[in-house]
Amino acid sequence: MSVWQWFTDPANWSGPNGIPVRTWQHIVISVSAMLIALVVALPVGLILGHARKGTFVATNIGNIGRAVPTLGVLIILASIAAIGVGDLAAILALALFAIPPLLTNTFTGISGVDPEVRDAAVGMGMGGVAVLWRVEIPLAVPLLAAGIRTASVQVVATASLAAVVGSGGLGRYVVDGFALQDTTLIVAGAILTAAISVAAEGVMALLQRVVTPRGMKADSLTDQPAMDAPEPVAG
Amino acid sequence: MTPISPDLWADSSNPWFSWDYVTEYSDELIQAGQQHVFLTVSSVALALLVAFPLAVLVRRFRRWEPAVLGLSGVMYTIPSLALISLLWPVFGLSPATVVLALAVYALLVVLRNTIVGLDGVPTDVVDAAQGMGMGKRETLLRVELPLAMPTILAGIRIATVSTVGMVTIGALVGYGGFGQLILSGFQQNFYHAQIATATICCVLLAVVFEVLLLGVQWGLTPWSRNRRSA
Repeated sequence: MSVWQWFTDPANWSGPNGIPVRTWQHIVISVSAMLIALVVALPVGLILGHARKGTFVATNIGNIGRAVPTLGVLIILASIAAIGVGDLAAILALALFAIPPLLTNTFTGISGVDPEVRDAAVGMGMGGVAVLWRVEIPLAVPLLAAGIRTASVQVVATASLAAVVGSGGLGRYVVDGFALQDTTLIVAGAILTAAISVAAEGVMALLQRVVTPRGMKADSLTDQPAMDAPEPVAG
Repeated sequence: MTPISPDLWADSSNPWFSWDYVTEYSDELIQAGQQHVFLTVSSVALALLVAFPLAVLVRRFRRWEPAVLGLSGVMYTIPSLALISLLWPVFGLSPATVVLALAVYALLVVLRNTIVGLDGVPTDVVDAAQGMGMGKRETLLRVELPLAMPTILAGIRIATVSTVGMVTIGALVGYGGFGQLILSGFQQNFYHAQIATATICCVLLAVVFEVLLLGVQWGLTPWSRNRRSA
């Protein structure tokens, strides 16, 4: 069966192993992981950023996260008796990998607010909470949105691995395809996981544009900056 | 693949850390490590070979730049599992499947950082170089590249460390270095010691690469040594 035939076969569009159900599972796993990550990373990032404490950890946690293999964490969590194989292991692993980009961007956004602006707010009689809520968070929105976008897209892409530990999602087709040595299934699954990841990128880029106030939008080049690039040293 | 419930192995007979495992399976660990290094180095080397000429080309045709950067951003979101799977029908169960897929990701990072790094060179410096009589080629090699070096090397470091992690996914096509041990440990009734040891080895390998590349950066950018660590 060709890949085209697979996609046009009505049997693949219904039932518990159909594309709609697998897509829904993919979304549920991803959204759950993002919610957990947000609940953990946002408060920590806001508090550390407001206090301007823990710069080293908050800005370097991403480098540490990069060095840890996703597959390893996924399988370690699934092998812990209390968690076991299935959705929980996948959601927890994805949440763990979403925390670094969220934390770094929240921290950088809040701690990067101009000290003179903060002083002005304090001079107007604002307390710590008001400064954070009414001055720092609004000014950090572009970076907060960028962090949520990066983390979400990464979670949706990585959710394809959830099937390795017995969870669902579109990666199921790829993992089953390799188990059955079924090329059609492997390629169809690859196309679907790639498509949902690119779609997530599109949706999140759109959301980022919508929530970023006009005048705070970055130009196209700085919108996607060099990764962790230090400024070139001139001279 | 239907793994048995982890509860079967929940007792103390299946510890996460066991020195006995390391000594007993040292041959397997070394073999997996060699494969992991081979796959990482091949992927990054291939990426570098393509990225530099491509970056110079893209900068010569400035109009392409937003398109290339935008496309590389979208490509980067495609899961490595998907790319490996798409190459599998062509290259089968071979290292080429893993190396080509991972080279694409490394290429995207290095390309982006090379372009942004070269763009960041101040125009006055380029003007001065040309005023001193340097041609385009000489300006690129002797002025622009050295000044962009910290950004380019940061890209290479990120690409390499990410590649070390992603190699593990190659286990699905039989070439995953330490990932092979992680996956087989999982399939063999949750062999904790093997899973944990292989994961830790993978992290350690990433750290070794990071330190080596920081050393390279230190050697290549002598002027930045007394400033800040880039």
